[in-house]
Amino acid sequence: MFYYVDVSGAELQPDSFEELAMPLFDQLYNFAHWLTQNREEAEDLVQETYAKALKGFSSFQLGTNFRAWIYRILRNTFLTSRTGLKATMTVPLEPEEDGPELAVEQATPETILFERANREVLQSAIDNLPVYFREILLLCEVEEMSYQEISETLSVPIGTVMSRLSRARKTLRDRLRPQVQAGSGTAAMAKGTNHGL
Amino acid sequence: MVCESWKEKLDTYLDGEVPEKEMRTFDAHVRNCPSCSADALARVQMKRAIQVAGKRFTPSAEFRKRMQQNIAPRRERSFRLGWMLATAAAIILVVGSLTSAYLGIRSGRDLASRDHVYSEVADLHVATLASSSPVDVISTDRHTVKPWFQGKIPFAFNLPELQDSGFSLLGGRMTYLDQTPGAHLIYEVRKHRISVFVFQERSLPARLDNNFLSPKELQFNMETWSQGGLRYFVIGDASAPDIDSLAKLLKAAS
Repeated sequence: MFYYVDVSGAELQPDSFEELAMPLFDQLYNFAHWLTQNREEAEDLVQETYAKALKGFSSFQLGTNFRAWIYRILRNTFLTSRTGLKATMTVPLEPEEDGPELAVEQATPETILFERANREVLQSAIDNLPVYFREILLLCEVEEMSYQEISETLSVPIGTVMSRLSRARKTLRDRLRPQVQAGSGTAAMAKGTNHGL
Repeated sequence: MVCESWKEKLDTYLDGEVPEKEMRTFDAHVRNCPSCSADALARVQMKRAIQVAGKRFTPSAEFRKRMQQNIAPRRERSFRLGWMLATAAAIILVVGSLTSAYLGIRSGRDLASRDHVYSEVADLHVATLASSSPVDVISTDRHTVKPWFQGKIPFAFNLPELQDSGFSLLGGRMTYLDQTPGAHLIYEVRKHRISVFVFQERSLPARLDNNFLSPKELQFNMETWSQGGLRYFVIGDASAPDIDSLAKLLKAAS
């Protein structure tokens, strides 16, 4: 779904901000919680995002993608927060353009895993991904953003979106495989993150 | 492996991101290739599972209500601000008509943009002080705080020696003003916390005046100036002389 402002030529008003921003509230909160891994911090992040977005709404370019714009504000705000700095500084950045994507091995864990419908194992595995893999996976699969929207949100080229997404998926599969093989079916990978809701 | 080239693009295909013409070729191949079709099925299952698992967190009703209230009063404030701006613009017009030969006419847009910057700086100050962790680098030593910003912001700046000045440095953090990265330093004087913001002048959205007078509704004292291509803001609820003293220390160090 796209959220384009179709009031070309009209002056942007706070009313139109509320109309555009509030329908995204649940999604933004969900994304913020995945990034911060903490309810209070997620609330702070969403609050700060809305405050900044409202302040800068007059500079929002008509005809561009509002959803990508507000997600970009949320992400930039997260990256400059204490948690965001910690998350990005403790994980070494890998090269983005590292050749063609690797074909997936035949023995994929997906079918076995999801026959067991073990959502917690998957959530735990996503939780433990580096933040730059977690965010791109969520934007693509949960927010169903196009590559173009993801590119705008993360301020990276589409080629980087594709390679990063591919590596995120591969990393997730690799991390799920031992879980499936061990048949643990439990959230053994969880490392005490806070998801209290 | 015959299908390797197809599988390389399988995720892009399932994300609906291959060109339409290629999509039809892909459809035909996946229908006729057991290996690719099994792989595609597994990946679709993974996509669906992530989609379900990813919708995990829901905001509380209380938080939703709070956010809606936050936006509504802002609208009212914006309305009031609009009136204030209109009044200010009218005054400027009257004065401007008398003195335009010397001063020129400043556009309302510049004024609004400047007002936006000052308002944003005040918001950054308030939001930071309200935070449970206002600083990311906690140190009273300028030789610790200043190097912390290296590589995080695209410029360097100097911090003053504070000995016997009554001011103490609490720490610093990165900040953004309209997507422009900058440094945010927090000082204390007699229990009053003062924010110092430093940005690259050319990156800011508006040309700013040095002789800024704090509007009464801000409830803060503020000084701003440009030096060496950098724009400094000093803001806080400390007295105007205290704000001025800190500004002088910063100017002397730069």
